[in-house]
Amino acid sequence: MAQGYAMKRRRSIKDFEALQSRIMTDHDDAVPTIVIPAGTCCQASGANDLIRVAKRELLDKKLTDTVRLRITGCQGFCQMEPSVLVEPRGTFYPKVDMKTMARIVECVARDEVLADEFFVTPDTGEQIERQEDIPFFRNQVRTVLGRNEKIDPLFIYDYIKNQGYSNLAKVLKMANPDWVINEVKVAGLRGRGGAGFPTGLKWEFLANQGNGHGKFLVCNADEGDPGAYMDRSVLEGNPHCVIEGMIIGAYATGATGGVIYVRNEYPLAIKHLIVALRQARDLGLLGENILGTGFSFDINLVKGAGAFVCGEETALIRSIEGKMGEPRQRPPFPVQKGIEGKPTAINNVETWANIPIIIEKGAHEFAKIGTENNSGTKIFSLVGKAKYTGLVEVPMGTTIKRIVYEIGGGPVGDARIKAVQTGGPSGGCIPDDLFDIPVDYDSLSNAGSIMGSGGMIVMDDNTCMVDIAKYFMNFLKDESCGKCFTCRKGTQRMHEILDDISQGNATNESLDLLEELAQVVKDTTMCGLGQTASNPVFSTLRYFREEYLAHIQDRRCPSGVCRALITYSINEKCKGCQLCIDACQQDAISGEKKERHFLDQSKCIKCGACKSVCKLDAIDVA
Amino acid sequence: MINLTINGLHVSVEEGETLLEAARFLGFPIPTLCYMDGLSPYGACRLCVVEIGEGPKAKLVTACTYPAEEGLMVRTASSRVIKARKMILELLLASCPQSKTIQDLASAHGVRRQRFRQEHEDCILCGLCVRMCEEQMMAKAIGFRGRGQSRSIGTPFDIQSDVCRLCGGCMYVCPACQLRCTYTEPEKAVCGGCENLGPPCLEKEQFDDMMCFMDPCVACEIRKD
Repeated sequence: MAQGYAMKRRRSIKDFEALQSRIMTDHDDAVPTIVIPAGTCCQASGANDLIRVAKRELLDKKLTDTVRLRITGCQGFCQMEPSVLVEPRGTFYPKVDMKTMARIVECVARDEVLADEFFVTPDTGEQIERQEDIPFFRNQVRTVLGRNEKIDPLFIYDYIKNQGYSNLAKVLKMANPDWVINEVKVAGLRGRGGAGFPTGLKWEFLANQGNGHGKFLVCNADEGDPGAYMDRSVLEGNPHCVIEGMIIGAYATGATGGVIYVRNEYPLAIKHLIVALRQARDLGLLGENILGTGFSFDINLVKGAGAFVCGEETALIRSIEGKMGEPRQRPPFPVQKGIEGKPTAINNVETWANIPIIIEKGAHEFAKIGTENNSGTKIFSLVGKAKYTGLVEVPMGTTIKRIVYEIGGGPVGDARIKAVQTGGPSGGCIPDDLFDIPVDYDSLSNAGSIMGSGGMIVMDDNTCMVDIAKYFMNFLKDESCGKCFTCRKGTQRMHEILDDISQGNATNESLDLLEELAQVVKDTTMCGLGQTASNPVFSTLRYFREEYLAHIQDRRCPSGVCRALITYSINEKCKGCQLCIDACQQDAISGEKKERHFLDQSKCIKCGACKSVCKLDAIDVA
Repeated sequence: MINLTINGLHVSVEEGETLLEAARFLGFPIPTLCYMDGLSPYGACRLCVVEIGEGPKAKLVTACTYPAEEGLMVRTASSRVIKARKMILELLLASCPQSKTIQDLASAHGVRRQRFRQEHEDCILCGLCVRMCEEQMMAKAIGFRGRGQSRSIGTPFDIQSDVCRLCGGCMYVCPACQLRCTYTEPEKAVCGGCENLGPPCLEKEQFDDMMCFMDPCVACEIRKD
């Protein structure tokens, strides 16, 4: 794909459009293409081996002219990785190993399919060939993520072929910054970072700031929520759409400098961004005098050093300035005084990725997706105890039920899904009787949770809500910057009380104290982290108070999670297979073969290893 | 001039003044720990919270960092504010009971017990010493490091800083220092400043009774141990 086009500066919009139409006519969509997603998650599950095998087979069998290979970012179905997609048929092969990969290459060359490797629905046993027919994909609206599979992030021409940068060209041609801002306002795009501030309004504030000494645009890619990785996948799979969005934003607001603040834990995203920025600069799409229009804008990459709080905008600004990442009082807001005191607008990766889509579709068309006041699509990372986990993109206003059951495939095994945790550590748990509420900024916050950046953790009967609250509080007490006394000490003390509850050392007074403290932490802290730090406690108490009471009054953990309150025992179903004896690292289980085993409570550390290997359900937890 | 309402009183204050300055000028008391005239406001201790706005949009902000805004409704002692302050003092007592300053504040607010597990920390991380060192002494010998639970104040690499002039400014402003002075082991002190000062703990015998606002007095308890 990269061959044949000179990587040289395009000096006018016409020049660029000529390049784009040439790329599009040169590209024959009918040529069979093997698409191997290779984001961080895919690589971890073995995509690199597949790429190696595919390349070798293509070279060995001399297929390089007839079959194309495309390495892309993650497509979202992380449960089934490493997966392979074959275009143009759209055949989807889940969980491919190296041997299957070689067979797939052969089949593609002969224009056949490997029917025995198709995706199989576990309930009906039905085989599904095409990716778009699989329920996980069929029920999504993949306007942002759907582009990942079409683009090799290391080749800007791939992006240009798929309408890339034509929206920038359109905006530059129109030469009307106010029109862009108005489009974004009409589209009703709200910040995808969590708070849901209208993006158009933010841009208007920035545009209205005097431009005497420069203004900044920032892309916030400091994605730190446990279990959330939407931004990473967008940056890894399609960095150019974020860059294009930022250039359009800069044109609209008159910003002079851009910063992408990406966490250092995302090396692949950083690599792809560096390459993408260089290629965009080489083609004259970024830097001085963009496409000969006299408009200049450049983007720098700043790597975060691993503090969760740096996703908060005032802390992020300080971090970019090279200071310690701790929030400061607003007002003045960043849009008044940001980086080095200059007006700064900060948007999330997903927000930026939506900008080219708004320009391409038109604001009214974009606003039709989703619900009123909550337009467009949102990517969620669906993780936890759902059958299918991965990245899910749905229109705003989709119900939780639809996401969890139709896309996520419902619970694993016989367990009952009892709650979904949204919004990361600052979010809350939503119980299953509220699963009919639509997922949008306002409904979620009414239910005591937040949209957040889009983490969605599914929890079933085997999840203890006290333990969940404790887990998030532990995260927050480590990640609080420590500036506000109530946030630093408050999260520590809340964790201490939650720990007492899970150990069975708490009283009813502890619960009252916990609630009182949670309210004060929420009230008296400075930044979003502290103000939402109580949410895990509030929402679990609101919907699952009986679990807390069971821990406190009955000294019992209903879900069998809190180690201090449970005991393992072996029941009469035991056939004496000795699997648990091998699994137990503490030598707590003894017994002869084919005779019921015995568990020594004094040695048991309640790790659950025996239960996880027992095939006869002979281990009781109570 | 900026017009705003503090506790129902319509007042005008200079532009650029913080709510704390305005309220104190008008005679409304607001307790502080991390605020000091001459140092930039930081907003760490949260004791100076006041309630602004009305109805469901009412929120608590720290008076020391929040600028006076036109038309703002400020309440310096609403029930929500008092409740928050009491909880903050309770948290402070639970972590740093030996500070005379904190005991006095707690006593003044009617906080006589704390319900958390008792800790004995030397420092409440108010940051007065850091700002004193940087802004008044132009030294920047000490600073914050770490975050969350492991946040602390110290010199780079924990060795005595070259820029420290042993002025003792950090010790002078510290509201929690009473037991922190390490006069007998000066090398352990944050900046070595103690060497210049008469350590306050030397006269502790006399202060014993005065610290007994708490029942039982935690400072005395520690001494017994």
